[in-house]
Amino acid sequence: MAIFLNENSKVIVQGITGSEGTKHTRRMLAAGTQIVGGVNPRKAGQKVEFDGQALPVFATVAEAMEATGADVTVIFVPPKFAKSAVFEAIDAGIGLAVVITEGIPVHDTAAFWAHAVATGGKTRIVGPNCPGVISPGKSNAGIIPADITGPGRIGLVSKSGTLTYQMMYELRDIGFSTAVGIGGDPVIGTTHIDALAAFQEDPETDLIVLIGEIGGDAEERAAAYIKENITKPVVGYVAGFTAPEGKTMGHAGAIVSGSAGTAAAKQEALEAVGVRVGKTPSETAQLAREVFQNLG
Amino acid sequence: MDLYEYQAKDIFANYGVPVLPGAVAATADEARAAAEELGVPVVVKAQVKTGGRGKAGGVKLADNPDETQEKAEGILGLDIKGHVVRRVLVTPASDIAEEYYFSFLLDRANRTFLAMASVEGGMDIEEVAATKPEALAKVPVDAINGVDLAKAQEIVKAANFPAEVADQVAEVIVKLWDGFVGEDATLVEVNPLVRDPQGKIIALDGKVTLDDNAAFRHETHADLVDKGAEDPLEAAAKAKDLNYVKLDGQVGIIGNGAGLVMSTLDVVAYAGERHGGAKPANFLDIGGGASAEVMANGLEIILSDADVKSVFVNVFGGITACDAVANGIVSAFQLLESRGEAVTRPIVVRLDGNNAEEGRRILTEAALPGLVQVKTMDEAADKAAELAAQGA
Repeated sequence: MAIFLNENSKVIVQGITGSEGTKHTRRMLAAGTQIVGGVNPRKAGQKVEFDGQALPVFATVAEAMEATGADVTVIFVPPKFAKSAVFEAIDAGIGLAVVITEGIPVHDTAAFWAHAVATGGKTRIVGPNCPGVISPGKSNAGIIPADITGPGRIGLVSKSGTLTYQMMYELRDIGFSTAVGIGGDPVIGTTHIDALAAFQEDPETDLIVLIGEIGGDAEERAAAYIKENITKPVVGYVAGFTAPEGKTMGHAGAIVSGSAGTAAAKQEALEAVGVRVGKTPSETAQLAREVFQNLG
Repeated sequence: MDLYEYQAKDIFANYGVPVLPGAVAATADEARAAAEELGVPVVVKAQVKTGGRGKAGGVKLADNPDETQEKAEGILGLDIKGHVVRRVLVTPASDIAEEYYFSFLLDRANRTFLAMASVEGGMDIEEVAATKPEALAKVPVDAINGVDLAKAQEIVKAANFPAEVADQVAEVIVKLWDGFVGEDATLVEVNPLVRDPQGKIIALDGKVTLDDNAAFRHETHADLVDKGAEDPLEAAAKAKDLNYVKLDGQVGIIGNGAGLVMSTLDVVAYAGERHGGAKPANFLDIGGGASAEVMANGLEIILSDADVKSVFVNVFGGITACDAVANGIVSAFQLLESRGEAVTRPIVVRLDGNNAEEGRRILTEAALPGLVQVKTMDEAADKAAELAAQGA
């Protein structure tokens, strides 16, 4: 089980021949991911070697799917070309597109999101500007280090990459069903709510950890969703209490505008629906551990 | 990047949106010359990237060149909510028959764009939204289909623009959309959009925010950066490709990953409550790589901030193993020494994650002056705040 990604997922890499694509394809393979090929129109027909394994390169996502049965694509294409890469993945009807690329113009992201919706929503988009999805012990689609921890019964959804790693590390004794890095851009495909809904249905997940940060109102909306739909325990963390108004804190989406998007408002919304929110990542991990142990 | 009013209006003009002529002046003499050229009366408007400048005395009417000079003198140098006025815009004073509001913006929640329009313009639109939400029309815009004349007419209708200006406003809306897309903006706001006594629609004031991620396809956007208004440390960091934001505390922060760094700032601020109110001095994300050069550049920027009394390096080794990070710190110290900038303030390092043991061993063996290792993020933050309080 797990969510979005499992041991049967067949993964292709768009941008497999680029430096990031190559580096992370190797890491994903080492984590046991079934990578079945890559896409690069200029190198179609060639093979790329990864520690003794030769992966075919295809001209298009559609060709790669046809030849390999791929159902997941991980996109490492530079910002300039990311929009057309995602459009291509959507048009091929692939089930999951994980967009790692950082720095995509928001008009491009809004366009590929609109395209995904207009064409029937067959393609789940994770990201952009995200570390990807890992179901430890099963598959890894993205750049989350696979050796932090193994499989377990916590589901994690986070806007931040390194906070995901930190939290997985702190809770490495329990382990994770799936960790989803949804990304720090103002417009993203899969949201906290999408991941919460999937974890609620996942028999391998007993506890959900939700990590948010300043900007937008995704955490507030997640809180409203939790109230109505989530019966599994949720532990939360929000970063950015000390962020000043009007300054972008690293992530393009992490900006407090006026009184909107503050960490305090997010914490308050989550606590109001019974989510226990930690003050620091360690305290959050400790809360999660306590809740987990009390599950019996 | 937020633009000044005059820059926003330049963009409007480029896309055919009607604006009044105007001249930017950095001195009172220039303002006077502008008034002489434009013809009086004129309005002298402070150019600042914040709202409420009218209330703060940043917008004044002047009836003749002498008065223009006098008003400009009063406005230049004014501090409006922490923004010092360095330029004024001089425009002909216009008669206004009616004021409206219009904007295109990014709707994060719905992952699309939104048009907002109201015939009750000229005032704070957040106030209209709160007190009279029915007076503010919100029309979603599909990112692919965009805004053509038919869509613009739909927006005009939703906001109840008077029939006599409906066609004109619709045309202006299409042009504003062209600018919004053409310049990769995340906000285009006209407040007020006015009808003058002759029935002409004019964008009297404008606000534009551009998407920094799209800079690669807009060569001209770099020219819009107001280098003089940039924090010198932020400018120096930008020149070195560092993701740095200056804050007003005493604990310098270096970390990897935006979320972890934001979290580090918070944890330091909490620790500071126990140590004389020490606060984070900056945000600095050195990214996943954390190479020696980036680490050295980061330390250099942070140590050039005289307010910094201690530094907290908080790294979680994910893709980059901690031994590489530790070697980076050691080389950074050497690099700084070779640049004649030996590290004299205490540095607290917390390494965790991938190969942390080896990373800590490397740092212990290197015995760098003033460097303390602490195992957990919370304890390290506490130590850094304590050292900052002692150094203050």
